[in-house]
Amino acid sequence: MNAILECKGLTKSYGGKKALSDVNLTIERGRIVGLLGPNGSGKTTLIKLANALLTPTSGEIRIAGMKPGTGTKKIVSYLPERNYLNDWMRVHDIIGLFRDFYGDFRPDKAYDMLKRLNINPNDKLKTMSKGTKEKVQLILVMSREAELYLLDEPIGGVDPAARDYILETIISNYNPEATIIISTHLISDVEKILDHVIFIREGQVVLSSSVDEIREQGKSVDGLFREVFRC
Amino acid sequence: MPWDLKPDRPIYTQLVEHIEWMILSGVYPPGAKLPSVRDLAREASVNPNTMQRALAQLEEDGLIITHRTSGRSITEDSEMIQKARIRIAREQVSEFLEKMKKLGFDKKEILSIINNMIEEVGK
Repeated sequence: MNAILECKGLTKSYGGKKALSDVNLTIERGRIVGLLGPNGSGKTTLIKLANALLTPTSGEIRIAGMKPGTGTKKIVSYLPERNYLNDWMRVHDIIGLFRDFYGDFRPDKAYDMLKRLNINPNDKLKTMSKGTKEKVQLILVMSREAELYLLDEPIGGVDPAARDYILETIISNYNPEATIIISTHLISDVEKILDHVIFIREGQVVLSSSVDEIREQGKSVDGLFREVFRC
Repeated sequence: MPWDLKPDRPIYTQLVEHIEWMILSGVYPPGAKLPSVRDLAREASVNPNTMQRALAQLEEDGLIITHRTSGRSITEDSEMIQKARIRIAREQVSEFLEKMKKLGFDKKEILSIINNMIEEVGK
């Protein structure tokens, strides 16, 4: 079975500034991966490169062996850090849009999750709180049957109780063959569901390890993160 | 029984221990059906793959039986369960003895403390 995501010497510069520098990384299928690093470390740049929203300055990135593009968008479900949905639309309309757009979108799954989170599909996005909007976006993204989910800061804007609910949503919809990459700096909240972590600092991967390996040394991921990124 | 998982030990090991505990304390009696991997994973809020691995371990240990079509159940082999109970009891006691040794108690003192306490609790 080939790796779902692979980077070789991946570098991205903005002008003279290197956002990612010589990243070598292999991520297997069937993992829930934490992409962890402080603000400005290159997490979003890496995710955007995987989505063909940016092109590498040098090196390469491959998703299931393919260069990011039309082919990979069919198998990658992406949650951007920002809300890109039209505010005037109703949830119901957006579900229609997703169904038209993605062959692997499952409306029944989306409606089911909306119901569980008490969100009315007839509500317009603009009447919703920031947290509810985030939940809607996550529901849409998790309702696809993708091979790779890229979630950029999925729990940043919601309270701790909703965070648990969102993580539960992710777990209960997770197909064990798929890989989920979650970028965040809220480590203690997500560490239980992760089985692999990648630490990224100033555009470089400083650690790529299974969570159990870290814990076997008597450390928590949160503790190790604080150690590695001590200011 | 809440899944109280510690952040500094492998999750997988803790899941195995927790489920063992549930089996031996009768939450899941011999022959009972076990919830699905997904439900157990959701309950513990862990990755279903990790839960799967924990269940595979328990199956290897003989405490859980996987049926081809109808999920998993607890073994009805009472000898198997008794063996596991004794193993866990030994683990608990050896942990306790380790701590008592660190506190500087010798064999006789430890035994007398245990005897006294058992009588107190018995009253």
